[in-house]
Amino acid sequence: MNHLGTNFYEAVSVILFGIGFMNLLLQNNLIKKFIGLNIMDTAVYLFLAAKGYVMGRVAPVLTDGIIDAYYYINPIPAGLVLTGIVVSVSVTAFSLALVQRLYKHYGTLNMDEIMRISREEEGE
Amino acid sequence: MSEVIQIILLVFLVACALAVSLTKNLFVAVIVFMGYSSIMAVIWLFLESPDLAITEAAVGAGVDSILFFLTLKKVHYLKGTREG
Amino acid sequence: MEEKKKLWKHIKAWVDGEEVILDADKYIITRSKKVKKDWRRQFSVETIKGNTKLYGFLSVAISALFIGIMLSVVNDLPEFGNPSNPVDNEVMERYLESGIEETGAVNFVAGMILDYRAFDTFAEANVLFLAVMSVVLLLKKDKQNYSEKEERENREDDFFDENEKRPILKIGGKILAPLIILYGIYVVLNGHLSPGGGFSGGTIIGAGLILYASAYGQKKMQTFFTFRTFTLICVGGLLTYCACKSYSFFTGANHVGFEIPKGIPGNILSAGFILPLNICVGLIVACTMYGFYALFTKGDI
Repeated sequence: MNHLGTNFYEAVSVILFGIGFMNLLLQNNLIKKFIGLNIMDTAVYLFLAAKGYVMGRVAPVLTDGIIDAYYYINPIPAGLVLTGIVVSVSVTAFSLALVQRLYKHYGTLNMDEIMRISREEEGE
Repeated sequence: MSEVIQIILLVFLVACALAVSLTKNLFVAVIVFMGYSSIMAVIWLFLESPDLAITEAAVGAGVDSILFFLTLKKVHYLKGTREG
Repeated sequence: MEEKKKLWKHIKAWVDGEEVILDADKYIITRSKKVKKDWRRQFSVETIKGNTKLYGFLSVAISALFIGIMLSVVNDLPEFGNPSNPVDNEVMERYLESGIEETGAVNFVAGMILDYRAFDTFAEANVLFLAVMSVVLLLKKDKQNYSEKEERENREDDFFDENEKRPILKIGGKILAPLIILYGIYVVLNGHLSPGGGFSGGTIIGAGLILYASAYGQKKMQTFFTFRTFTLICVGGLLTYCACKSYSFFTGANHVGFEIPKGIPGNILSAGFILPLNICVGLIVACTMYGFYALFTKGDI
């Protein structure tokens, strides 16, 4: 079994997931952390959509009145990803609202600074 | 021919993701992320999912990056608008 | 050592029920507190993070290890785009072959997410509503969330909106915003006939509203879109969706007895309840997108 050459979509989505995860771990800035989270999201969607694709078939919209399961690609991953994209926007908006409130209280976006200030406040 | 274009687009995706992680400037990071989303919309078309292409183009390049820019403005990061 | 012995003696006496020791709690609490503090200093994330080089090396190594393991898994996955893959099974055949008879939608994806899996989509719409409500809780201006500086900045922004010329944004907004909103409405209404639907069209309408609001300021927007309209549209959309979709539960989830006319596939008035459900979802998504923008800029819709 050696399919790494043909499975390039899956390979790229795995690499993107790793890059997003590294972003989440390494960056101290909260906004860059959330961009990393978004990259992880899109990597998962790319993997799902690549699993549903079949070579040589067309998009799942009725064309020329052909009702045949071997003429269209798999519609299930498309349905799952469609709702997922919109939900990921709402997650991003919620986390950015939290970032704004944190900035208002601590005056910085750096994760370490926020942890340090909060520990000082707790200690006193 | 089509496969070559797809591989070029995928390589561009990985390059964009790396650029987002390596750049120091937040403004540049958000702009590069916008480009990443637009390329993603083209890739959905190659995967025969036009529904996803429409949604990703409106969401990734439109609403998502506007939200990021508004947050950058609120935390006084953008130069020329107002000094924090 | 001495203290330990004393503590053991006290505990033994307490277990035997001989006497009640008042200061036994003190020993236990002091001991546990000390141990906890030491443990925290040795193994907490902050100490590893303080050692920046080690932390960076570890995180890169973990991510590289993850990528390596997953690439070896991808190597063993079935071939990309092969028609005989195990993903292409009888579920997909059922959706594609009898989808048109059962749902009446030409776009199979719309038929799937708004008829077979409509309950799922209802939960997704609820997630959107919940997200916008959380953002309202966090960012809406009230007594707790108010500062003099921000109020001054907002007033400056309003002044800038009204008095600055900015011809490219204003003329471009005047020409483009109606076209974008019209296209969004088209995508929503043709969700069962062509690619698109409530989610895609809703985001397009929301983007058009955002363009208009950023070109002409939020005061002009508030002449026809206030917080009251926002809540009415969102809650009304969700309730209409709920009422429309209840039909399959009232009829035993089997569409028996209360058949909605499917119409001819390909007509605009066809496919049962998919068109009204698409409109509900589109309205909710558009309001959510514009609500995020308005709350992020001024803290008020």
